[in-house]
Amino acid sequence: MKRIVILGGGVAGTLTANYLIPKIGDEIRDRKVEVTLITDRPYQIYEPGYLYLIFNRLGEDELRRDIRELLDPSVRLVVDRAVRIDTENQKIICEKETHDYDYLVIATGARITPEDIPGLKEAGHWFYDLEGSKRLRSALANFKGGKIVISVIGVPHKCPVAPIEVAFILHDFLKRRGVRDKSQVVYTYPTNKIFIMDPVTEMIQPMFDERGIEYRTFFNPIEINAKEKKIITLEGEEEDFDLLVAIPPHRGAQVITDSGLGDKGGWVPTDRYTLKADGYDNVYALGDATNLPVSKAGSVAHFQAEVVAENLAAEIKGIEPTAMFNGKAFCFIETGWEEATYIWFDYFTPPQPVVPSKFVHFVKIAYNKAYWLTARGLL
Amino acid sequence: MDVESDRVIDARGSYCPGPLMELIKAIKEEDVGRVIEVWSSDESSAKDIPEWVKKAGHELIGVFKESDYWRIVVRKTK
Ligand SMILES: Cc1cc2nc3c(=O)[nH]c(=O)nc-3n(C[C@H](O)[C@H](O)[C@H](O)COP(=O)(O)OP(=O)(O)OC[C@H]3O[C@@H](n4cnc5c(N)ncnc54)[C@H](O)[C@@H]3O)c2cc1C
Repeated sequence: MKRIVILGGGVAGTLTANYLIPKIGDEIRDRKVEVTLITDRPYQIYEPGYLYLIFNRLGEDELRRDIRELLDPSVRLVVDRAVRIDTENQKIICEKETHDYDYLVIATGARITPEDIPGLKEAGHWFYDLEGSKRLRSALANFKGGKIVISVIGVPHKCPVAPIEVAFILHDFLKRRGVRDKSQVVYTYPTNKIFIMDPVTEMIQPMFDERGIEYRTFFNPIEINAKEKKIITLEGEEEDFDLLVAIPPHRGAQVITDSGLGDKGGWVPTDRYTLKADGYDNVYALGDATNLPVSKAGSVAHFQAEVVAENLAAEIKGIEPTAMFNGKAFCFIETGWEEATYIWFDYFTPPQPVVPSKFVHFVKIAYNKAYWLTARGLL
Repeated sequence: MDVESDRVIDARGSYCPGPLMELIKAIKEEDVGRVIEVWSSDESSAKDIPEWVKKAGHELIGVFKESDYWRIVVRKTK
């Protein structure tokens, strides 16, 4: 029997499993193949929802689903934390048990490491995990005016457009609460532009100007002075704040580093087309876990899962795996409380945002619910 | 060029802002006085990196065009 092990129960792992099973129904029934998904928590969180949770527009329970409920019943679910991947002996060593594999899919995602910037944990807020989002929700609800700095500290980070979205929604939130005229909103970015993709920058920069959202570029925080509430940058600048909304630095999962499978940031070197981990014929990597120069986005994980599922099914059936990932990404960009645009792009096509509208915003709101159908492999 | 680099970052094949972010990481890690060299095949990095070096107050030793990439050499000065 061939054992396929998927490590990680986020978007990438769950979708790979759910796309794979229907393609190898006969082999599963005849017990020629077993698909196991190992993940360290029994639930999945819809992370894009944090952007709504902080403004109290979605609740915690709406962002979380039991992972068993999402997975095809033929997938064997193991809730355990992997501590090491032994590629030589094809084993995953977990805290409770060890699991053998013939094919491995690495889908361990990215994690935030606010501890990399001294003072950030003490003085900063963020919306990149549940605890941080709940803390920020309360800070925003109690905000009576002052200076808010939205600071992109590390690149790469999950969802490249989220810092722009939070700036726009925050502007409208402060207006609705009657405190915008008593507030300063400042956005900072590490490079010389306010965003990495030129067509997006061209559209949003004038929109920032119109709304009085200030920006600083070539701005790389190295320390937060928690007592004086000041950001200190590598460029030798300082920026004070009353409320700091940081996009913390990110790294790959600890198990990747501990297994010697990652680069310096803990990202798995991966072939941009086949999604095989460099140097391994039976290991795929996808989603936020890879070193690929594509957005760390759920949509990317989704499109990659289609490719990995197709190729794994081909390998199981003894056919040449020929599916290729073309870099496809799709992102909504909220440009206000009830207004949004979207972009799609791939390795060969640059993004071209459309004029923001209420309609696109409501499609996004609908998708926030419909995501659970995507996770099940239905949409 | 007669300056020897202490650290070479091969960021060829990675696109803007990859090479710049790699340099920023190296500047954070290295000691003052060290010379760092970034290789980039992305033309916009060859423009953006010197601009950042100027703003951050480090010394740009030079931008050297090789066959199909650029070598951007920087000394950390503070
Ligand atoms: C605020 C915010 C807004 C976002 N907005 C959008 C958006 O609008 N659109 C979009 O497309 N994307 C968005 N994203 C990004 C999206 O959420 C991620 O790209 C996506 O979750 C990546 O999926 P993944 O499966 O690769 O990783 P993850 O979802 O992080 O899953 C990794 C899984 O691996 C598990 N794991 C890790 N280590 C181990 C271990 N050692 N043992 C066992 N299990 C392990 C984790 O528990 C987790 O379940 C947003 C993200 C954030 C934070």
